[in-house]
Amino acid sequence: MIEQAPALILLVPFFVSIFVALLGNRFQGICFPLSVLSLIGSVAASVTTLGRVINEGTIRYRLGGWEPPMGIEFRIDALNALVAVAVSGVGLLAAIYSKRAVLAETPDKVSQYYTLFLLLITGLLGMVITGDAFNLYVLLEVSALTSYALIAMGPKRATLAAYKYVIIGTIGASFYLLGVGYLYIKTGSLNMFDIHEQLIARDIFDSPAILVAFIVITVGVWIKMAFFPLHAWLPNSYAYAPTTSSAILGPLMTKVMIYVMIRLTFTVFGSDFAFIQLDWSDIIVWMSVVAILAGSISALAQTDLRKMLSFLIIAEVGYMVGGVWLADDMGLVGSIYHIIADAFMTLCVFLFAGIIFVKTGKRDITALDGLFTKMPLTMVGLLVGAFSLIGIPPTAGFFSKWYLIQGGVASGHWEYVIALLISSLINAVLFFRIIEIAYFGVKPAEGHGHHDSDTHESGPNEASFSMLFPLLATAAALLVIGLYNQDIVAIISSFVSQFNFGVIGI
Amino acid sequence: MSAVSDFPDWGDPNSPANSYRLSQHYVTETIHETSVPNMVTAVLADYRGYDTMFETVVIFTAGIAIIGILRRFGNDDKDAAKPTLYTKKPDLIIDTTCRLMIPIIQLFALYVIAHGHHSPGGGFQGGVIFGASFILLAVSRDLQAAQKWVPEKRILNLAGIGVLIYAGFGLGSLLLGQNFLDYAILHKIMPATPIEARSHSMLGVEIGVAFTVTAIMFSIYSNLASNGSMKEGL
Amino acid sequence: MEIFEAISAKFNFWIYIIIMMIGLYAMIAKNNLIKKLIGMSIFQTAIILFYVSIGVKDGASIPILYHDQVHPEHHDESHGDHSAHSPSTDGHDSHAAEDRYLPELVVDGNDFANPLPHVLMLTAIVVGVSTLGVGLAVTQKVYREYGSIEESEILEMIKSGK
Repeated sequence: MIEQAPALILLVPFFVSIFVALLGNRFQGICFPLSVLSLIGSVAASVTTLGRVINEGTIRYRLGGWEPPMGIEFRIDALNALVAVAVSGVGLLAAIYSKRAVLAETPDKVSQYYTLFLLLITGLLGMVITGDAFNLYVLLEVSALTSYALIAMGPKRATLAAYKYVIIGTIGASFYLLGVGYLYIKTGSLNMFDIHEQLIARDIFDSPAILVAFIVITVGVWIKMAFFPLHAWLPNSYAYAPTTSSAILGPLMTKVMIYVMIRLTFTVFGSDFAFIQLDWSDIIVWMSVVAILAGSISALAQTDLRKMLSFLIIAEVGYMVGGVWLADDMGLVGSIYHIIADAFMTLCVFLFAGIIFVKTGKRDITALDGLFTKMPLTMVGLLVGAFSLIGIPPTAGFFSKWYLIQGGVASGHWEYVIALLISSLINAVLFFRIIEIAYFGVKPAEGHGHHDSDTHESGPNEASFSMLFPLLATAAALLVIGLYNQDIVAIISSFVSQFNFGVIGI
Repeated sequence: MSAVSDFPDWGDPNSPANSYRLSQHYVTETIHETSVPNMVTAVLADYRGYDTMFETVVIFTAGIAIIGILRRFGNDDKDAAKPTLYTKKPDLIIDTTCRLMIPIIQLFALYVIAHGHHSPGGGFQGGVIFGASFILLAVSRDLQAAQKWVPEKRILNLAGIGVLIYAGFGLGSLLLGQNFLDYAILHKIMPATPIEARSHSMLGVEIGVAFTVTAIMFSIYSNLASNGSMKEGL
Repeated sequence: MEIFEAISAKFNFWIYIIIMMIGLYAMIAKNNLIKKLIGMSIFQTAIILFYVSIGVKDGASIPILYHDQVHPEHHDESHGDHSAHSPSTDGHDSHAAEDRYLPELVVDGNDFANPLPHVLMLTAIVVGVSTLGVGLAVTQKVYREYGSIEESEILEMIKSGK
């Protein structure tokens, strides 16, 4: 069975999603336990795969038993395996959280919701482990369609946001498809590794078609990950979607797209092409600086909790794109590490926002009024997430920022370092504002809405266990990722070290 | 879009896409390796079968997504208040024509599905045609009449079973000790040689695809046409 | 004349670019949500056209082997017009017979069009249909919630409503 672990990573949630669709209407109670069980299976399979990758190196899994350029293959190296573990882990935690939230928010469509939820995770995992450029497109569409639906199942404002997402997401995916077509027309292959070999063998790196393919693919992926000038779809979609949807889409969708960008830039085009021949790293790092600052400053202006967090995601995307394009080992390590750390910290804060929304029915940050006394454990979860987003030492966020800053210094991109620091400061301001409200309460003049849905006494009134557990588990994961950063970085380095960034740098 | 100047000419057999061993292999070796004369079907359902499985999943997802977005369960006051427009008996000409057409369409759809690896056709095409026959019924009578034939629950079960048939072939090969979707190993449980097993599995897979496509096409139509209430169509 | 030749020899790519730009324009500039979806559909169709045109080979047939080739014993069964393409004479038995179906059959790669783009586009068409369906469903829900499918009107409503 261990031989089949790579396939089982995504087959388990896939099969279960079909069963949920078939049986869920009749037996609504089985949706939740089946989903959680399948994701536990997926986590187990991906951890097994990660273990094998560490011991044996790259794993290749041929689907249908065909030779790679003919058939489709999974090629799993340290990068894939690590991201797959993060994706399935985040999926599992969000699934546990979903138990109450789905019943509260979409009561008559539970089975549809879980089917789409599992298919979304299947699509994301498939994107992470596949080694075929076109297959990536298909799975991109699986995850895109499910996320449109998961957002549109929300309340009124969510539908318009979902519509925008449909249009913009389709442009992004179509650009990606077009870029793959350009690569296919020049190389005749669709397997990522084979495309790279063909590019070298035919020596067509300086052909305009390859350049256009690179631009088109990169822009397509940027649209999907909401890199700053192309981010318009994100904040409203994530802010108004059902809370489980934003708890799963917020952490995963953008991170997986960043993984896709790294994979395509390094594996398909190669670092020589992207960094030496094109030499665009200055421009793109500047763009990411703008993204970081714009995201952070927009977040400052929000009073809606989830909208504020959505803008933080845009800033975080800026971190990672910038980190990749620093053209420096440390920057790349930092970016990959940040994918994992950020998946968990975004999950943490979105779970918090979801709990608050389900508990109080309000999306404003005034809903947090006096929460320290009412929900002490929930606030502990938030504190860890907030510290991680700010970058306070024992948490994962500190170490990823540390590597990113090192990369920025080593490659001489001081503007990036400064933007990172400013953004951390803004995060600190944002979260201390939340903590202040939660600890000291809102001033009486603003303390409206305290009476309408509020029937609970002043004593502790925690969220239910199924909501609290994933939040605290995520917080614990953040600490673990932070404390074991050396081991994780060792795994990442085994991926990064195969690329030489040549003479770039200072 | 200056890259056009770099592309090969129209219909150039020596362009990289056409001359690379990938395409050549598909053209020259398909018959030997899978015993299927239709290369498109062979590449679709076997060489790139994993893609096609998720293609089926895309359709399935779309169906579930549309139900998730639009469907309104239970009695909605707004619909109940609306006077029904379809009390009149259906027009004789339309009714007779559809009675004649629908069986023929369905027969043709079955032919397209079953003959997919010898001539142009396959699960997607046949499934769409089959779904169209139900849509024709819904258009010519009304949605209720079509619902009698294919109620919503049956539609969903059909769609799920279709995906399961496809994935089941993959799972079967996985359980027999080969990689996912490696149909050749299925010769152990099929009366065929390994190569013919690929061909037979492709037929099975196409039938699964056809189930899903048929069901979801009608489901999409009926949800969109009735604005999610499943009561009255166009 | 050279420019004319350069354009005409690659006319498929020019056509697809024009169609794609029409679609992109509709997606961005139109105010009506349904028109935007139509633009999206055109945009995707352009890409499908692009892919399919890659697979064309001069003088090649559709990528399905002829009945005569697969079943040589039924040669007399009214497939006469294809017989010109039936297997040519260079018969070198290269592979062992037992693991290959019809080992004596030799297929000339230039006789048949490239099947791969067709397969890819079958997938892309399905994806396009699904996206269009979901897009229409979302639009219907927008209409149900706001009573309008003109983007500017809806934005106006949101501004005044909140």
